[in-house]
Amino acid sequence: MAQPEGLLYSKEHEWVKIDGDKATVGITDYAQDSLGDIVYVELPKVGKQVAQSAAVGVVESVKAVSDLFTPVGGEILEVNSALDNDPALVNREPFEGGWMFKVKLAGDSPTAGLLSAADYEKFTKEG
Amino acid sequence: MKQTALYDEHVKLRARLIPFGGFDMPVQYESILKEHEAVRKRAGLFDLSHMAQFVVEGEAAAEWADRLTVNAVPTMKLGQARYNIFTNEQGGAHDDVIFYRLDDQRWMVVVNAGNADKMWKYLNDNIGDSGVKLHSRHGKNALIAIQGPRSVAMLGTHVDFDLNALKYYFCTQGNVYGKDAIVARTGYTGEDGFEIFVDGRDASEIWTRLLADNAGAGLIPAGLGARDVLRLEAGMPLYGHELTEEITPLQAGLDWVVKLDKPQFVGETALATQKAADDFPRIVGIVMDGRAPAREGYHVFLGEKRVGEIRSGSIGPSVGNKSIGTALVEKEAATPGTDVVVHIRGTAYGAKVMQLPFYKRSYKIGAA
Repeated sequence: MAQPEGLLYSKEHEWVKIDGDKATVGITDYAQDSLGDIVYVELPKVGKQVAQSAAVGVVESVKAVSDLFTPVGGEILEVNSALDNDPALVNREPFEGGWMFKVKLAGDSPTAGLLSAADYEKFTKEG
Repeated sequence: MKQTALYDEHVKLRARLIPFGGFDMPVQYESILKEHEAVRKRAGLFDLSHMAQFVVEGEAAAEWADRLTVNAVPTMKLGQARYNIFTNEQGGAHDDVIFYRLDDQRWMVVVNAGNADKMWKYLNDNIGDSGVKLHSRHGKNALIAIQGPRSVAMLGTHVDFDLNALKYYFCTQGNVYGKDAIVARTGYTGEDGFEIFVDGRDASEIWTRLLADNAGAGLIPAGLGARDVLRLEAGMPLYGHELTEEITPLQAGLDWVVKLDKPQFVGETALATQKAADDFPRIVGIVMDGRAPAREGYHVFLGEKRVGEIRSGSIGPSVGNKSIGTALVEKEAATPGTDVVVHIRGTAYGAKVMQLPFYKRSYKIGAA
């Protein structure tokens, strides 16, 4: 499984790319592989205030419905509308075209508790 | 958890295994959607050894089975296969099965894995003084299915009989790769295909050789995930969803299976009464306006009135990737074309009632 460096990871299998006070969020390669063929993604509304670790949407594969959590708190700035027509982008490019939403970070330590690439890899291997 | 004779093959193929009907079964190998596409366009290979195979034999076997089921058993020709349903006194389904007539007085009955223990007990409890003998091959025999438009070409050169001459819903006893087998032209995907019943000890060889010999032609292993999407598109009921002890064959839209004019059978009175009243909830197809998948248990509304619930749901790759499903709805909402609403996570989504099946193959089975 790919775990790009420079990203942070949650134990709920999301990745976060921090750029100043903005964060881009998606699900990891491990998550998309575990879910299988993704056929539907329900994303949060732009402008919504979300708390770290809150359920903000769903990711559905052919067989399963899974909650989508946000690894960081703040305001939803943008969602990836390309996933409406092509949810399989999440399978093909989990860290690029398959990103899910962007957040304007809020709070003193918005990335508290998140893992490095190496720690996340260890976490997934320990199951 | 039990393992089928092909368990080691699934592990080698890195299948994702789930418990199903008491067995560790492959839900998918690489991708459900790729496996689905292979079956629709070329062929897929399925391990269905979890399904239980019972043999019913004796002078009175046909009449005995006829009394417990809704379809006709004694009128089956030698080698014929027939879809049938064991019903309870209320007309609900104990199980939906396929009967295969192997001999004058010998039938094989294939039952759902999840119902295997229940059906084995039910059949034995109903033997009485009929003289009928029952024999279970469950867990000993294997069942391999090859399904898809290319399945005749892929299997045909590895059998010792003319596979193309085997008629739809018939079976024959012969050899596959030199191993004794019963080969039936039946299936559960909406495509042409064959089910190969063999001794568990021969299963791995047949499985690996079929895959190796047809890899270039696009045969791939397919799991229960693909099978469920295929059967839903083809409008075929899955026990526990469209048929249960409470849902009768008439409610499931299986009127063609229920032969009310044959000799008395279990559940006949209830089914005849239900048919005459014609006021029962029934299974319909549902197509969602958007892409949100309708899942089992979601509520269906006609206007403000709740009229039923989703029983199966998926994305239908063969029907434009639309979100499709089945629902058990009141008669007033069951007419094809009716606009209904499905509640998904607290939001109302538009949907339309459709006639099943969603998908029909475009070729004739057995055509040269």
